[in-house]
This record gives sequence, C-alpha cells and structure tokens, in this order.
Amino acid sequence: MTADLTTNPGTVLPALAEALVAGKIRTIDLTHTLDPDFPVIILPPEFGQCARFRVEEVSRYDERGPAWYWRNFTCNEHTGTHFDAPIHWVSGKDLPNASVDSIPVEGFVRAVCVVDCVKEAAADEDFLMTRDFLLAWEAEHGKIPEGCWVLMRTDWSKRSAADYLNLRDDGAHSPGPDASAITFLIEERNVVGFGTECVGTDAGQGGHLSPPYPAHFLLHGAGRYGLQCLANLDQLPPTGALLICPPLKIKNGSGSPLRVLALVEE
Amino acid sequence: MTEAIKRPRRKDPQKRTVLPTLPPTSRSRRALGFTVAAAEGRFVLQKCNDCDAVTYPPREACPKCLSMNLAWRDMPEGGELIAETTIQTSTNVYFRERTPWRVGTVALEAGITVLAHIHGDVAEGGRVRMIARTDKSGQGVLMALPEEETENMADDKQLRELTCDPKHRRVLITDGRTQLGQAMARALSAAGASTVFVGVAETWRPFAGADELAAIPNVEVMGLDVTDTVSVNELASEIGGKVDILINTAEYVRAGGAMDRDGIVTARDEMEVNYFGPLRLIQAFGPGMRFRGADGVNSACAWVNLLSVYALSNWPAYGSTSASQAAAYSLSQCLRGEFHGSGVKVLNALFGPLEEDWRQHLPPPKVTPEGLAKAVVGALQQGLEELTVGAVAEDFLTRWKQDPRVLARELTQPEGA
Repeated sequence: MTADLTTNPGTVLPALAEALVAGKIRTIDLTHTLDPDFPVIILPPEFGQCARFRVEEVSRYDERGPAWYWRNFTCNEHTGTHFDAPIHWVSGKDLPNASVDSIPVEGFVRAVCVVDCVKEAAADEDFLMTRDFLLAWEAEHGKIPEGCWVLMRTDWSKRSAADYLNLRDDGAHSPGPDASAITFLIEERNVVGFGTECVGTDAGQGGHLSPPYPAHFLLHGAGRYGLQCLANLDQLPPTGALLICPPLKIKNGSGSPLRVLALVEE
Repeated sequence: MTEAIKRPRRKDPQKRTVLPTLPPTSRSRRALGFTVAAAEGRFVLQKCNDCDAVTYPPREACPKCLSMNLAWRDMPEGGELIAETTIQTSTNVYFRERTPWRVGTVALEAGITVLAHIHGDVAEGGRVRMIARTDKSGQGVLMALPEEETENMADDKQLRELTCDPKHRRVLITDGRTQLGQAMARALSAAGASTVFVGVAETWRPFAGADELAAIPNVEVMGLDVTDTVSVNELASEIGGKVDILINTAEYVRAGGAMDRDGIVTARDEMEVNYFGPLRLIQAFGPGMRFRGADGVNSACAWVNLLSVYALSNWPAYGSTSASQAAAYSLSQCLRGEFHGSGVKVLNALFGPLEEDWRQHLPPPKVTPEGLAKAVVGALQQGLEELTVGAVAEDFLTRWKQDPRVLARELTQPEGA
C-alpha cells in the first residue's frame, strides 16, 4: 500500500516513522552549540547589546545538590542559532500573532529550499543574493513552493569566529539578500521564512541597503520569520528536505534560540 | 651592598610548598591608626594634643602628661641608626624561618627613639629614611632604609617581605582590550615581571593595539572574559598556580543614574564586569594565591583592584556605575579579610576620571592609562595597600576623610562632584 494522504489516509506518518527508524530518512542538525565563545551580533556601542550565552552551575553532585547537576543559563532571544519572530522588527510590531508564543505552529514544520551561494560568497564577502539569482536557481531546481522556508547557503558557518563576523572598522562583512530577493520570496512565492548561516538574515553591510536591513524590514513587516546562525546546510539537498524549527514559547518573545533540524531522504 | 636576587629556578615538584606563617598580628584598636597610614605609605606617629610629646609604640595615653588626646601625625622620615643587632633565632615561626634578621634602634628627627627593622645597606651610625609598611600580618611596622638609594636596594630580603615588587614575578592583567590594560602590561613588563599574562575576551572581535600588546616582552595573551565563569575557571586551571600578582583592569563604565535610564540591562552589564567579575576571579584565583603567599622569590603577593573613586561615594552623573563600583569596593574588604594570614596584600587603587572613550566628555584633569599603570607599579614596588591616583581622586579622598556625609551632600548638589 502506497503512503498517500488522499487515497490512503493514515499512512503517511506511519511510513515516515518507519523510514526514520530504518534510516531511510536522515535527521540533520542545523544548530550551532550554545557556547559563550560563539559570536553574537555587535551593534554600535551606544545601543543595547545582545547578551552572550552564559552558564552558572547551580549544583554538580556536590554540597549544593548531592545527586544532581544543573545550571542556570542566560542569553538574549537572539543568541546562537535563533528564530526571529515578526515583532522583532519595528515593521512587524503591530501584526497580530507575531511573537514566538503566538505565531501559528504550522510554520515550524515546512519544506525547505536551499539556495547555494557558496561560490559567490567566497568570491565576494559582501555578496548580495538578488531576485534574478533566485530565478536562475529556479530554472535549475524548479519553482520555490508556496509556504516553504528558503535558506541561503554560503558555508559561512565553517569560518573561524573572527572571520565569521568579519568585523572591520567600517562594520561587518558577510553575504545576504537584497530587497528584490526578499520581495520576490514574499510576494511572488509566499514563503513562510528565510534563513542564513550568518549572524543575521541581512548582509553584514545590510544597514546601507535600501530599505536598511531589507530582510528584517520586509520579512517581518509581512509576518514572515527568520532563522540565522544555521549550520550544516551543505548536507541538505536544494529541494525535498523538511525543516523543523519550533522556537521556545516565550511570552511576547521576539525570537528564541532553538534546535533546528532537517529531514532528508537518503 | 644588597645582592641582586636572581630569577628563581623552576620549582622542584617533589618539594612541599612552604606555607605562609605570620609575624605577630595583634594590635590594639588605637594602634590600627598606624597600620592605616602604613597601608598608604605614610609614616605617622602619635602626638599629644595637650603637651606635644611624640610617642611610639602606639599608646592609649600620653606617657608624659597622661592625656588621652593623642593624634596620628605625619612625621619627618629622617633618623640615625644608633644601635643594631642581627637576630639569629626566634620563637616566632615566621622570624625563625627568616633569620638572620636585622633590627636596630633609630633616633628619629621626630624626637624619639624607636626599634625598627633595618635594611641591609644601613650601617650603624648611618643616616636612615624611615618607612612604615604593612607586613605579612597586614599590620604596620617600621623599617629603616638607607637615606640614599643603593644598588639593588629593593632586593633586600627584609624589605622584599614588605613589598610586592613585580621583579621576577608572574602577573595576570585581566583585560588587555583597553588602553589601560595595554599600558599596564607595558609597565609590568618594564618593571621586570617574568611573565605578564594578559586576558583578552572575545578574540573574534578585533581591538586596537592587539598586535602591539602581543609584541610586549614577556607578554602572553590568554583568553579571559571576566563575565564568563567558565572562561575564568578555565584560565585558572591553566595558570592559577603561577599568578603572583593579579591586576583586574576590566571595567564597565556608562554615564547615567537610576531614574534617567530605561531598564536594568546596562546596570546588569556593569555588575557583571565590576562586581561579579572580581568575584569570579577571586573564586578561581584566590585559593591558589592564598596557598602560595610564602612560595619563595616569586611568592603570590598582591591582588590589585582598580576602582573609580566614586566607589566611595556615589556620583549621580555616573550613579549606576558608581553603585557597581561601590559593590566592588565592599568586596575588596571581604577579600582583605579572606587573604589575612596568607601574606597576599590587597591593593586598592582609587582613580579619578580616566582618559578613555566612556569618560570622553568629562573635563580634565584626567588620569591617563599610562599614569595609572605607573602609579600601580610604584605602589607594588613600595608594598602599599591603598593608592589614590589623579588630582580629582586625591581631592575627593581628602573630602571623604574629612566628612563622608558632607561629601555625599556635595555630590548630590546639581553642581556636585
């Protein structure tokens, strides 16, 4: 019997579960370890800063708790591999159901398209992915399906910590999308969200684009989500994988660190 | 003439580390006035307000007129060594381990004769310069130095018991990202420290002076972030057994008080660096230093807190930062108590506005990073525990000593500080 929602209801999920156990579907971790040494975004010093990830031991099988080990951890909603909700940006501040605790959970499990920009990012650290670039990708891999996630692969996650932020005296230098690409993904393809390997969804010099920080401004203004600091995108096919990215349910949360997984058919 | 001490050889790993022992500790409450001045490097004696008689050792009443009205007064430092002897044995464990030990009688210009420790380069009948310093017990004692500087004078074994000379010692400077940290590294290297470990947080974030810092002789740049307990503990597990002097240069300074700020994120950052930072360092490095207070030429000897003078009394223009520095200042007293008996001194350097970005809009006079570093090295060489750096801080401290409550009122006036 073929697994099929229409003709054979109740078969798709058991088939998926079976394939997972049989190793025919691989689960890939797209998450960086939460580690105090992992870079966070650096804003001009007169603005509030993103808190680094920190841990403090509460007890470790000692006089503070003889049989158990546990710790307090602190961080920002945007530390490490994290999810951006629409209310993160001023353009999305008045949207309904736009915080991590209130956005519909359906968007957390969706198909994912991976746009390979490795060559371009290696040649130009300020590479901007455009609408035309996405159209060329579609010519090769097919149309980006409605409601999916689109991830920009740059292999930036493989860089050393200093080269990852790539800070210079004129700011950070890392690739990202331009406004035409984001507008295309929202208006012409109706994606649920956009993600990158870099520290933000926008390019390092994205503040100098129009509008400034186009990914943040346009995505969140249209109620779409962001993912950043992703890893292991090189293990994903251009199409056909499933992304799982539920953020923590923080009241009025603007985002959250999270574990991002992808399911890939072998 | 004093022989120059040599850089110590590596420790014999089979030898048990010598534990700190102490010279006599007990002092009367009255006598602590002498210790307070000694910690600042001032030579004071009691003088009777009724009959002008000068007296030593510290007394409750004037030995001449029995007046209780004795006051500590700065005294001329000159004198003459009229008799000396070298002690060969003692029932006190501390001195027993350190004999032979010179003591002598000095006729002071102040008009009295005192018993004091004697520097090896002073001859009987010779002119001396008196210093008062805290000893390994943290109590004030007198030592007679040669009137004129002699060769290798600081290397005298008895004098070195009173000082925290960086020569041949290993120093940890906790934050090398700032001009202050870099100036401190240069100064300690120049003062003869055998190794200057310099902590640098977030190496993924570039900073000015990084290459120059790494090029300073004897500097070893280490990963260290005082806001990260794991990072502090990791460095202590690596070098905690060979830090003889720790200088905490990490600071977080932002203008603004309590009411004119929005939220507590900045205040938390201030506390993370200015209060929890030293607390983490104490927990990680303190026990090792306390254990190594008598560990030979490069024994652990000093913990240096660099504190804004507004730690003593809040300046509302920098009110929230002042509060975090007050917490650090209070902690330094706890640390002094916990180091008691170890021979490790806590040096508090109180400084006025520093020449750096976050105090850029403040008017001069300001303390330069180089000036603060030089003052700290000088205080270590002299064995001080209290240091005030810069005209603003000196004036502030004078007013604080006169009446802290009047100073507090002044600071809360619109034109305060």
